[in-house]
Amino acid sequence: MSERFTKGMARNIYYGGSVFFFLIFLALTYHTTKVMPERDHRENITEAVANGKELWEENNCIGCHSLIGEGAYFAPELGNVYIRRGGEAGFKAFFNGWMKAQPLNIPGRRQMPNFHLTDKEIDDLAEFLKWTSELNTNDWPPNIEG
Amino acid sequence: MNTLKYQSQAVAKPYFIFALILFVGQILFGLVMGLQYVVGDFLAGAIPFNVARMVHTNLLIVWLLFGFMGAAYYMVPEESETELYSPKLAIVLFWIFAAAGVATILGYLLVPYSTLAHFTLNELWPTMGREFLEQPTITKIGIVVVCLGFLFNLGMTILKGRKTAINMVLMTGLIGLAVFFLFAFYNPTNLALDKYFWWFVVHLWVEGVWELIMGAILAYILIKVTGVDREVIEKWLYVIIAMALISGILGTGHHFYWLMTPDYWQWVGSIFSAIEPLPFFAMVLYAFNMVNRRRREHPNKAATLWALGTSVMAFLGAGVWGFLHTLAPVNYYTHGSQITAAHGHMAFYGAYAMIVMTIISYAMPKLRGIGEANCNRAQVREMWGFWLMTVAMVFITLFLTGAGVLQVWLQRLPESGEALSFMVTQDKLAIFYWLREIAGVFFLIGLISYISSFWVTEKKAS
Repeated sequence: MSERFTKGMARNIYYGGSVFFFLIFLALTYHTTKVMPERDHRENITEAVANGKELWEENNCIGCHSLIGEGAYFAPELGNVYIRRGGEAGFKAFFNGWMKAQPLNIPGRRQMPNFHLTDKEIDDLAEFLKWTSELNTNDWPPNIEG
Repeated sequence: MNTLKYQSQAVAKPYFIFALILFVGQILFGLVMGLQYVVGDFLAGAIPFNVARMVHTNLLIVWLLFGFMGAAYYMVPEESETELYSPKLAIVLFWIFAAAGVATILGYLLVPYSTLAHFTLNELWPTMGREFLEQPTITKIGIVVVCLGFLFNLGMTILKGRKTAINMVLMTGLIGLAVFFLFAFYNPTNLALDKYFWWFVVHLWVEGVWELIMGAILAYILIKVTGVDREVIEKWLYVIIAMALISGILGTGHHFYWLMTPDYWQWVGSIFSAIEPLPFFAMVLYAFNMVNRRRREHPNKAATLWALGTSVMAFLGAGVWGFLHTLAPVNYYTHGSQITAAHGHMAFYGAYAMIVMTIISYAMPKLRGIGEANCNRAQVREMWGFWLMTVAMVFITLFLTGAGVLQVWLQRLPESGEALSFMVTQDKLAIFYWLREIAGVFFLIGLISYISSFWVTEKKAS
């Protein structure tokens, strides 16, 4: 690098560049949060959905599953599980049975623990997963398997 | 023998030792999880996968934080040319952080997570149960307190001493670390907002301010082991971190492709994250260039090897493996697959585990009163550790990449109805997971070799 390019110039690019791009990032973030309501349908967040999210967190579901692709990759994606497992017609019945059947105890198969949730809690969790499946994720995942 | 320039640098020693102890724990839990990937019910009752994973990732984060803190306590007095403001505070904070860390890990292991959540009153201010931020709220508050005390101590030291570029970059990185961690306390009911701002911690740490910390440590080591003029090294440091932030800040967009976000993020994220490998490539050129232009032969060959190694592995793991799946049209199919896991492993090892071992390698002989470097036999053992761990990590990454490509092929690319389900796909990937586990065992052997090097002494002449 030539002698004319000094440490001071490098430092100014660092400070100037970082501040400039951080401001752009903040501006885009502001815009994103403004248009987000059209995509997340927050008007549909009922008490059950909110409670379901808390159950999702307090049982560390993200420790095995992914939700819209984020989380662990040990167990199936659950962002669209509502659609994959029956939707309006069948999901809640399936989900209640599924949660109560754990652990399946099939030798060698990955085990999901039993979290000892009540029927109401299972229903709240189902409402959370239903709401999540309705989010506009720019068309992700590519197919129903998640 | 006293080999420290400033006596207060000694506070770094417990930080480094504790970091390495946690590192061993991290790898052991990694092996448990690796086995659970193929023998699903292995220890399923005692250590369910979600617990093992939480311990594995949280130990990683905490040992790296201990490493960064040790690095800062070691470097800042020497860079500032003055003793640390308060060595006592540094030691007190060490014990607080260590006790909180151990208590949290024991909490994960001994009681169900929901019990831990209720016991720590998560419902008062729910922050738990989000990936990497699983710590009870009270632990998170503890982390903030420790960080504030740590930054205060360093800040006061730098204020009364010399303000070098390395000091300023390190401080900016550490302050950024503390500031962005505050987003861990923001957990809105709306998942869309939760996910969006969760990345303010995760991405702006590892692809933002942590790179400043890494750059500062690397620059410090290069000055020490090569004797190249500080002006030159610091100029390069600024160039590299400028590129890192200019690409990395808007590069956050590559996490916003499939959230409830406008689709312009697919352009912004793709373009800027495509530039993210550049600073890492520059780091490789810079590290090798400086070592080639060295003005002295430093006796600590192992530290030099770590410094060169971290630049190469960070470029491969963060740069190349990051680029592999960062463009939106590719990421549409690879998002949340084993490709992500492959990238995560090599990037964290290359950029952050290795930079911490670089500073440990350089500083420990001085902290232990041995001198400029360990004896030759100890260095050879340490370098065995370096090569075994590094090569093992290359294989772990390759096997996970193989698993990821096959997973995308079977589960993601076909249409609904044709695509295999997640669990069926996982069965097809078993061979890759077995190979990954074997590579993991070699990693552990490398780690044991590395740790054992601390006890190796020169043979007595018979």
